[in-house]
Amino acid sequence: MKPPQAEPPDELPRVPGFRTWPGIYLFVFVCFVVVVALLAFFSRYFA
Amino acid sequence: MNTLDWLILLGTMLGIAAYGVWGTREDHSLNSYLKGNHNTGWITIGLSVMATQASTITYLSLPGQAYENGMAFIQNYFGLPLALIIVCAVFLPIYRKLGVYTAYEYLGRRFDTKTRLLGAALFLLQRGVQAGITIYAPAIILSTVLGWRLDLTIIFTGLLVVIYTVTGGSAAVNLTQKWQMAVIFFGMLTAFVVLLAKLPGDALPIAGAMGKLQAVDFTPDLKQRYTIWSGILGGLFLSLSYFGTDQSQVQRYIGGAALREGRLGLMFNALFKIPMQFLIVMLGAMLFVFYQFQPDTPVFFNQTEWKQYAQGPQGAAFHRIEQKYAAIQSDKQEKIRAWVTARNHGDATAEAAARTAMTEAQKTSNAVRQEARDALRSVDPKAQTKDSDYVFITFILTELPHGVIGLLIAVMFASALSSKAGELNALGTTSTIDLWRYFRPLAAHDEARNVRNAKWFTALWGIFAIGFALFVSIAENLIEALNIVASIFYPALLGVFVVAFFLKKVRGPAVFWAAVSAQVLVLAIFFAGKVYPSHEIGYLWLNPIGVAACVAFSLALQCVVRRNAPGT
Repeated sequence: MKPPQAEPPDELPRVPGFRTWPGIYLFVFVCFVVVVALLAFFSRYFA
Repeated sequence: MNTLDWLILLGTMLGIAAYGVWGTREDHSLNSYLKGNHNTGWITIGLSVMATQASTITYLSLPGQAYENGMAFIQNYFGLPLALIIVCAVFLPIYRKLGVYTAYEYLGRRFDTKTRLLGAALFLLQRGVQAGITIYAPAIILSTVLGWRLDLTIIFTGLLVVIYTVTGGSAAVNLTQKWQMAVIFFGMLTAFVVLLAKLPGDALPIAGAMGKLQAVDFTPDLKQRYTIWSGILGGLFLSLSYFGTDQSQVQRYIGGAALREGRLGLMFNALFKIPMQFLIVMLGAMLFVFYQFQPDTPVFFNQTEWKQYAQGPQGAAFHRIEQKYAAIQSDKQEKIRAWVTARNHGDATAEAAARTAMTEAQKTSNAVRQEARDALRSVDPKAQTKDSDYVFITFILTELPHGVIGLLIAVMFASALSSKAGELNALGTTSTIDLWRYFRPLAAHDEARNVRNAKWFTALWGIFAIGFALFVSIAENLIEALNIVASIFYPALLGVFVVAFFLKKVRGPAVFWAAVSAQVLVLAIFFAGKVYPSHEIGYLWLNPIGVAACVAFSLALQCVVRRNAPGT
């Protein structure tokens, strides 16, 4: 079996503000970090 | 429930099911039956992925979990966004490129038939059991509190979902899940707003001071069930298994108009899953505050069971516990109010003293609740003593206006049907593609026969799930029971996929025996924890351990195979 190939270059996200999929992944990751940080702050604030 | 509630409940349930059958009446190709319509957009895929994961247990059991233990359970979802990014970047493009119907077809192409069959068998085993739990969980709770017959509730919900899943296949599942999610969002939001209107102004600080708002725990303790570490690492592997290798999820996103639709649907879940779960656990924490100020807060929330024994020969002991709990609740209310007053006055010394008194009152209250459970157990050793799953439903039935009650019961059934439909659809597909077509290769090219068989298998799995639900009995909190079963059977399966994607030199025989060994190891660790509770580790850790074992065993076995191969 051939090794799996990367995403074809023509498959663009077509999401305003994002040109590539890695850009979207990075955005989602940053949002995740912010959410966890907010939850940690929330836990500490109301402890 | 009155006539209005019944009209809303039955109208919503039957209406969505009928719409699913009607909307897919003309398309009977194998591709659309197993993968859904070609024109499915990312919103439908995103909602479908969300609906398959979030069963009734999420909406019924999770608020109760937060009521009892606080918000710590939310850490279970911390690995989810990271897992979805990996699925989008690695798993999904490969599935789409190969045009597979199931994730296990890929294993057959990458390794060999026995590894594909092992993957399919592990999936069928654990998902078949979970399908039974998915149907049992809401039925036991709803039938208990509403006074319905458990067997008829299981059979009615089971048959309804079987009918439209068998008739319309994956396309009907996607179509109905979108509307079921709309009902769920609207219903849960309504319940939350009604609850907020009934809360005192200092609800958040009270919940925080009583330890219910600890969403993140940094303790580096393997025995602690939910910490940020087990959530990120264990949750990452659990979510990667679920979204990347579980056919009930893979089937939701491999269809669609293009690769882009599947990816955006998954990214939608990566962004909104934790905030959505946060609202649900917050609902539970707020329910806790609400019940601190109710004069008639039950000592045991499964009142049907409690009253059944309270009316028996040992009724006097039960009434004594009720009176004791009422007195403690009243005392606790005063202590909470004293703490709020001290806090508002900014008196740090008085606040600290009031907080200690309040915490002690909560401990006493918990002790009486434990006494109530012990009393139930002493009367009937088989009595169900976990009542956290009954907290939210008690609030719905006693505090919400008519009409909204019907809507919230519809939410519970909609979520049961949506997750069940996804599971049955996947079980039917895997049985057809990975088992039946393997054993009957000559018939594999007859498309009509394939669709017919997929329908039969879906119906058979539906009947199996109904049968399992009729005979099962679960002691754990229901949402934990689902995650524990998944954490036992997923790791070896994910390990096989990790080897497939990233270790190109490992071949079929090595990964097959590595997966079997890893599964045995995970089972051994799990049961050793049950035999020796002092050494039990949080179940989320089984996920990284199982995956690491499968990968390590694969590499080791591949080395041995290569060394023993002739000519090397």
